[in-house]
Amino acid sequence: MNIIEKILANASGKKHVSPDDIVEANIDVAMTHDLTGPLAIKSFREIGAKKVWDKDKVVIILDHLVPASSVISAGLHKIVRNFAEEQGIKNFYDVGRGGVCHQVMPEKGHVRPGEVIVGSDSHTCTYGAFGAFATGIGSTEMAAVFATGKLWFRVPEVIKIDVTGKFQKWVTAKDMTLNIIGKIGADGAIYKGLEFGGSTIRDLTIDGRMVLCNMAVEMGAKAGIIEPDQKTLDYVKARTDKPFNPVKSDPDATYERVVDVDISELEPQVAVPHQVDNIKPVTEIAGTEINQAFIGSCTNGRLEDLQSAAQILKGKKIARGVRLIVIPASQEIYLNAVNEGLIKAFMEAGATIGNPNCGPCLGGHMGIMADGEACISTSNRNFIGRMGSTKSFVYLASPATVAASALTGTITDPRKVMEKVH
Amino acid sequence: MTINGKAIKFGNNVDTDVILPGPYLVHTDPYELAKHAMEGLDPKFPEKAADGAIVVGGKNFGCGSSREQAPIALKYSGVKCVLAESFARIFYRNAITIGLPVLVCAGASGKVEEGDVLTVNLQTGKVEDKTNGSVMQATRLPEFIMEILDDGGLIEHLKRSIEPNE
Repeated sequence: MNIIEKILANASGKKHVSPDDIVEANIDVAMTHDLTGPLAIKSFREIGAKKVWDKDKVVIILDHLVPASSVISAGLHKIVRNFAEEQGIKNFYDVGRGGVCHQVMPEKGHVRPGEVIVGSDSHTCTYGAFGAFATGIGSTEMAAVFATGKLWFRVPEVIKIDVTGKFQKWVTAKDMTLNIIGKIGADGAIYKGLEFGGSTIRDLTIDGRMVLCNMAVEMGAKAGIIEPDQKTLDYVKARTDKPFNPVKSDPDATYERVVDVDISELEPQVAVPHQVDNIKPVTEIAGTEINQAFIGSCTNGRLEDLQSAAQILKGKKIARGVRLIVIPASQEIYLNAVNEGLIKAFMEAGATIGNPNCGPCLGGHMGIMADGEACISTSNRNFIGRMGSTKSFVYLASPATVAASALTGTITDPRKVMEKVH
Repeated sequence: MTINGKAIKFGNNVDTDVILPGPYLVHTDPYELAKHAMEGLDPKFPEKAADGAIVVGGKNFGCGSSREQAPIALKYSGVKCVLAESFARIFYRNAITIGLPVLVCAGASGKVEEGDVLTVNLQTGKVEDKTNGSVMQATRLPEFIMEILDDGGLIEHLKRSIEPNE
């Protein structure tokens, strides 16, 4: 069996499972947030349930509109906050206590290899970076999980993606991820699992692995996953003392197909409007004017991302007419970025710093786009209207490319900016 | 269960941000959500769907976020059923959960024109275009999904399955 089949077999008490089997799996962790949580809570009450199945396995994180952006969103926070109190949920991360849910989950030790994790958010697949089977579900299904601790899954076919080669300077995990999305397509992995392996993946940092698994859903995948190794165990054991059972694919595991990707020659990539699989090398669209640049989100708001952007921005000023918004993904990252002087570098360059939350990624607040404006963003979706006006444009790129573009006011290859310096 | 309605057509990769833009996720009233259904592609959609519509999409319908508010907005705007070449996974599950029938119907996006009168038989998966006379076969829904739809969604279904034990 492959890693996904093994995890689903373990979670459903079976010795063996195959693609297309329907299993009822025990859920190890269930996560919800301020935008999908209230609907889950409403459904939970409508079902007639009184208590969550296991209060220690539920995690609630306020992160989408934080601090409350309106009276309505304040009301949503109140619903969620009251529910956490009523149910005795101690893993509740209120305003200022956590940050973006997909960063806070692993950071606070709620993600462990071999587990089945569901979240009422599509980017729950991020936790595959730690060798967990993690997938997004709807609010009412979350209510059913809250009530029963179980959920049915169809065992997915798995596509293995083997990545080899070393990155060129200023080419990052995000560029590799966008390149893979371009190859697989926005619907290329619908209902399927994606297992990422190969020497490049082994060499990736935890931060880089999270970028890749985060965007598995942009290919339609049910889950993206990377086999746990020493790096994974070191990260997880430093953050939780709960026991867990790491799982790896058998040598004779079966896959629907294997896709080989060599990133040796890869240059920085950009997803151009309005589809995530509309991928172009940065050199092809360099010079496109931008009004806003955003560094943050569950995809690229981590320390490694901020370090990379700060290296480019340090001692320079962003272009006139450009708004640069930087939002660290968690309180921990924010504090580290302050201590490392990254925040100072951003502010001196002319950036606006936001508190840890989803920010403008989904057009909620903190940088909504007007008609005709363009944003280059480290986030995950460039759909019509994603960051505001349906007549605005979103380009997705790495933190390095976004930082370089903020300096010039047009989409810019980070290698160009840094070559001038050295 | 037979569903009748006029077709409203969309292309490939209709994402949840155009089905229900993020800023409206703060609303909890389904009729408020319905006012903004498909706003990203056609702000007049709720008017068109009000009398009961069948949405016909291409590949990867409903890709993007896990927002259950997306199928809710469609359902309460008057959409009775969605036919597509393929569906994104979370949207598909959410639609069943809230009691909106969704069927994979190969070829529908090519054969059906905007405004055509369609009849969909959920039991058999037979789809008829009464306007141009074409007949298509959608993939039939498994029995346990039909049970959820018959009950009007997962909440009612769970209520029924939980109550006898209590």
